[in-house]
Amino acid sequence: MTRQDGMSTVQDSTTDPKTDAAPAAHGPAVAAVNVGKVFEGQRGARVSALEDINLTVERGEFVSLIGPSGCGKSTLMRLIADLDQPTSGELTVFGKSAHQARLDQDYGIAFQQAGLLPWRTVRQNIELPLQLHKVGKAERAERSSELLNLVGLTDFGDNFPDQLSGGMQQRVAIARALAESPNLLLMDEPFGALDEMTREHMQGELAHICAETGAAVVFVTHSIPEAVFLADRVVVLSPRPGRIRAIVDVKFTGATERTELLRESKAFFSSVSEVREHLHGSADANPLGVDN
Amino acid sequence: MKATFGATKGLVPPLLLGVVTLLLWQLAVVTLEIKPFVLPSPTAIGGQFFENMPTVWSNSLVTGFNSLVGVFVGAVLGILLAIIASLVRTIDELSSAVVAAAMVLPIVALAPVLYGMFSASQQTARQLVASLAVFVPVYVNTLKGLRQVRPVHRDLMRAHAATTWQTIGTVTLPTALPFIFTGVRIASSLAVIAAVIAEYFGGPIGGLGKSITTAAAGSNYPLAWAYVLGSIILGLVFYLAVLAVERWVLRNRGS
Repeated sequence: MTRQDGMSTVQDSTTDPKTDAAPAAHGPAVAAVNVGKVFEGQRGARVSALEDINLTVERGEFVSLIGPSGCGKSTLMRLIADLDQPTSGELTVFGKSAHQARLDQDYGIAFQQAGLLPWRTVRQNIELPLQLHKVGKAERAERSSELLNLVGLTDFGDNFPDQLSGGMQQRVAIARALAESPNLLLMDEPFGALDEMTREHMQGELAHICAETGAAVVFVTHSIPEAVFLADRVVVLSPRPGRIRAIVDVKFTGATERTELLRESKAFFSSVSEVREHLHGSADANPLGVDN
Repeated sequence: MKATFGATKGLVPPLLLGVVTLLLWQLAVVTLEIKPFVLPSPTAIGGQFFENMPTVWSNSLVTGFNSLVGVFVGAVLGILLAIIASLVRTIDELSSAVVAAAMVLPIVALAPVLYGMFSASQQTARQLVASLAVFVPVYVNTLKGLRQVRPVHRDLMRAHAATTWQTIGTVTLPTALPFIFTGVRIASSLAVIAAVIAEYFGGPIGGLGKSITTAAAGSNYPLAWAYVLGSIILGLVFYLAVLAVERWVLRNRGS
């Protein structure tokens, strides 16, 4: 990692969430009512991945989903993204169906793998969503420059992804997710493959970016400190079938900004313990799946 | 710099092997007094090759053009049909049997039939044989390449509400590109082989295959061998040309 400290403060169009576009959207960022997902396997095998999910994510709110491996937290995110469809219940994104929200491009998404296109430069990767939606060349270039600056990769716009470290690739993926200034960011363990040092640094950067853009975030993770550090609320899921076991409010009084100091604070540790108790607490818990 | 040096270094052993083989060949023909109709010496073949350079060249143009038409028609058809097969499951299932059959069928065996279907005085049958020979490996490799799209890329395109054609253009085809090139590279020398052998079975005068049979029929074995040498060079030219384009394209896009 070069330029670890490259995150700059951009006070321009990246700071205000879509003011001109999508005026019709009202309602919370995500509203799930009794949502369930059953996967139909071969020969009639049915696997229930999610059951009775009731969750509301307000606009501008940062919600972490945490749970043991295979608890369906990624599935829930995929349902919100309309990459999979729920088999029961109702799921709305900004008051519309998840399908309509996807077509309207109301969310940006980042996956565990950066998922960059290796034959495109960093800049072309960031511009991909804009290009797909027929944004003009000049406007694309302007936007990608802003985003490169935002994620501290100004000098790497013309590089190809495989010339970048894992952390840098993940930053490109986040810049791509932010390309259309979405009001909702969906992130599926975006830092899962990074080493601890890079990971903590990226968390700080993400907190910073979210504070700037004011977007709501649904953040899937299996790391308790990561969930607590980033989120306003931590949703703890139980293993198979995934149900919401607890929702922990993480309000750090006085600490409006999430900085490295927060990690040392008492409030942080007590929230971490609270989430841990919920994860491991009840009888059917399976702590083996949790690597925190 | 390093790559060039590496490439030169990699060329030395096969070149050395080639030279040693030619020397042994020459030595064997001379010392064992092998008759020219059994095996002419390399120098005799080389002599015939340079002596008949203009005819070798003009015949190479005929065969080369047939092969080129075959590469273009076969590759375009192969890529297009593979895209359609990757989109429509029924076509994929229908075509897999046909392609499996085409893979075991010696395509040049169709040449006499095709000469009957088209005028024997035209090059059409030869070009068709070459096209068919190219089509199969290009189709098979392209279809395989189109299936290499990573799930995360597919999710990404769906999340961004990309249309089918946008997905094909931005993710599927670029992912398949190295596979397509492999198919065309294999097919390029197959095209030459098919075009040469198709000439054995008839058709108009002209072409390396026709010249080989004519020279052999006239017991001019060194000349027949000279035309064989011409065919080898032609196949090599096709292969290297595709390889050069492949290297250039894949390097310029970064991976």
